[in-house]
Amino acid sequence: MLRHVAGGDTRCRGSPRVNAMTVLLDANTRLLCQGMTGWAGTYHTNRMIQYGTNVVAGVTPGKGGRRHIDVPVFDSVAEAVEATGANASAIFVPPDRAARAMIEAIEAELPLIVAVTERVPILDMIRVREALATSRTRLVGPNSQGVLAPGLCQIGVMATDRARPGSIGVASRSASLTSEVISQLTSAGLGQSVTIGIGGDPIHGMGFVDCLELFLADPQTEAIVLIGEIGGTEEQQAAAYLRSVRAAKPLIALVVGAHAPVRRRMGHAGALIQDARAEVASKVQALREAGVIIAPSAHLVGATVREAVARRAA
Amino acid sequence: MQLMECDAKTLLSRYAMASPAGSVATTLEETEAAAARLGPNPLFVKAQIRAGARMAAGGIRNVRSPAEAKAAAAALLGRRLATAQTRPEGATVASVLIEQAVPAHRELYLAVSIDETSATVLITLGEGGEDVEPLLREQPDRFIRLQSSVGGERQPGEIAALCQSAGLASDEAAGLQRMILALHRAFVELDASLIEINPLLLTGEGKWIAADVKMVLDDNAAFRHPDLVPLGLDTEADQAELRAQRHRINFVRMDGDIGTVVNGAGLGLATLDMIQAAGGSPANFMDIRTTASSLDIAQGVNLVLDNPRAKVMLLNVFGGGMQPCDTIVEGLGIAYRRSQRRLPIVLRVTGNNEDIARLRLANFNLPVTQCSDMWQAVTRAVAVARG
Repeated sequence: MLRHVAGGDTRCRGSPRVNAMTVLLDANTRLLCQGMTGWAGTYHTNRMIQYGTNVVAGVTPGKGGRRHIDVPVFDSVAEAVEATGANASAIFVPPDRAARAMIEAIEAELPLIVAVTERVPILDMIRVREALATSRTRLVGPNSQGVLAPGLCQIGVMATDRARPGSIGVASRSASLTSEVISQLTSAGLGQSVTIGIGGDPIHGMGFVDCLELFLADPQTEAIVLIGEIGGTEEQQAAAYLRSVRAAKPLIALVVGAHAPVRRRMGHAGALIQDARAEVASKVQALREAGVIIAPSAHLVGATVREAVARRAA
Repeated sequence: MQLMECDAKTLLSRYAMASPAGSVATTLEETEAAAARLGPNPLFVKAQIRAGARMAAGGIRNVRSPAEAKAAAAALLGRRLATAQTRPEGATVASVLIEQAVPAHRELYLAVSIDETSATVLITLGEGGEDVEPLLREQPDRFIRLQSSVGGERQPGEIAALCQSAGLASDEAAGLQRMILALHRAFVELDASLIEINPLLLTGEGKWIAADVKMVLDDNAAFRHPDLVPLGLDTEADQAELRAQRHRINFVRMDGDIGTVVNGAGLGLATLDMIQAAGGSPANFMDIRTTASSLDIAQGVNLVLDNPRAKVMLLNVFGGGMQPCDTIVEGLGIAYRRSQRRLPIVLRVTGNNEDIARLRLANFNLPVTQCSDMWQAVTRAVAVARG
């Protein structure tokens, strides 16, 4: 049930991946967009449709019954799910209403929510996590660039032109750096299974550990890249998890921010630190001790992964 | 945003939390008059700045007379106070809080904060005093912690248990329990990310008094509290950083000579790391947010151009779905048109609309060296900075 948009880039349609199962997304993903009728929602819904994502509904309270960019609009998530069988949501709602939108999607028992919204109040995110705790929903974000299965499906706002289908799973705290790493991987001849942007906020849904569980269990994913940074404990938690399981796949990580100016907030709300160098060093050490290969610099991630994959094959 | 102690105490008084009798003064005369009114018992004169660690820096003075209060204020008002929590140059003291010193039977530490890992509201209780910060870090077992929800549904029972474990008489414990519940409510209603009371004093009459309060509010929730925003305004914040914020750019001044223009926080941090690895030194951190327009970006580029220490401008851009390369090159061109300075540019742009960006670049006639990958761009910029 693909929807066509005049003039759209449809080059990924009909790729060999269309019927494959992947992490978080698959050919049965039926997406609804909360906040679709706003400027950002309209723009990115169009991009997602052009990429081949099956967008079945939009939700904007008070605008139910209309069609927008040829997609039916509903007043609530529950109505949209009832009418269209949507099983994932992308949230483009402004920060003052974003938590309410996330909780509405959780209460409608959608299996997957991707929240793009930046600057959600932190107490609102605790409320969202409280709602998540008693549900089976997976939340990606907020402040996430989204989830991309190259050639199959894209939920969010990621740059897609360098991404290619393949076997490298990528989990990242940074959107801009993810684009760079995907570009390096593709240049090194390494396609990606799925890329997950866990988001730059201190309290978010899925973390590195959740991503690792999915990637380690996914037969299509042969190696995993983690893109970390100063602030928070995602990298330490990932290291502790990896020490508790025997990961049979090569793991590569990049941790940036060792030379960040200290005691300042660095764009990502998660990255507020006192001694950047010491913090990055301790994250790197924890990951190394858990068997993760550390990329020595941001420009060497592609080469490091290629080497690790080649060594495993040899 | 962090509030001054006097504003934090005013906010807590709305939640029936008591602090010592006191008065704010901005002049020596006001200080003297307030001290005369509040005396004859010992008083504190406390510098009001938006940072902690004031005691060790001499920002809190113990005085016994209006004359001593005036002398203390003279040493503080209009001067800069540098503490472990301010910028190195310190913060200017525009007002002082004159407060009665309260004799206490017991001094506790009580804080409500955000526990990011468990996504809960965290209540911390322990012995209070001046040197609590290293204790919190190094001897966490000496503090009792309670992870709580935003709504606080399960709380009263758990907080009662928490108070009983503090070794207090039953009526004192009941008072502390009321205090903690009120503080939790204040925390949620004010959208705080930290409220710390240290010390929390127990008086001879069994009353709990907040002797010092540190309050940090969540910037992202400012839209719910337009009345509180002025309280957090730091008039001494770096003007360049404030200007950048207004234009959807995160900018932090650093002390090197390589100006950086980057879209995205992660790529911005990676760029700083690579500059250092190549033997250079960045003049700033920049993260152009995805919602910035070309006019916003021009403002960011101008901040780099206005920095006399910058010897080169390094643009490291990966055009994404929301902000294509041509938008950023457009901003670069506009900024150079506005400026007299022909600071050399080393540029790496790739990603969405990079072809359009190159066409735009050719039209602007800029002093630019283009590089195909970011390491090449970084090493080139370092070489240019060396001269």
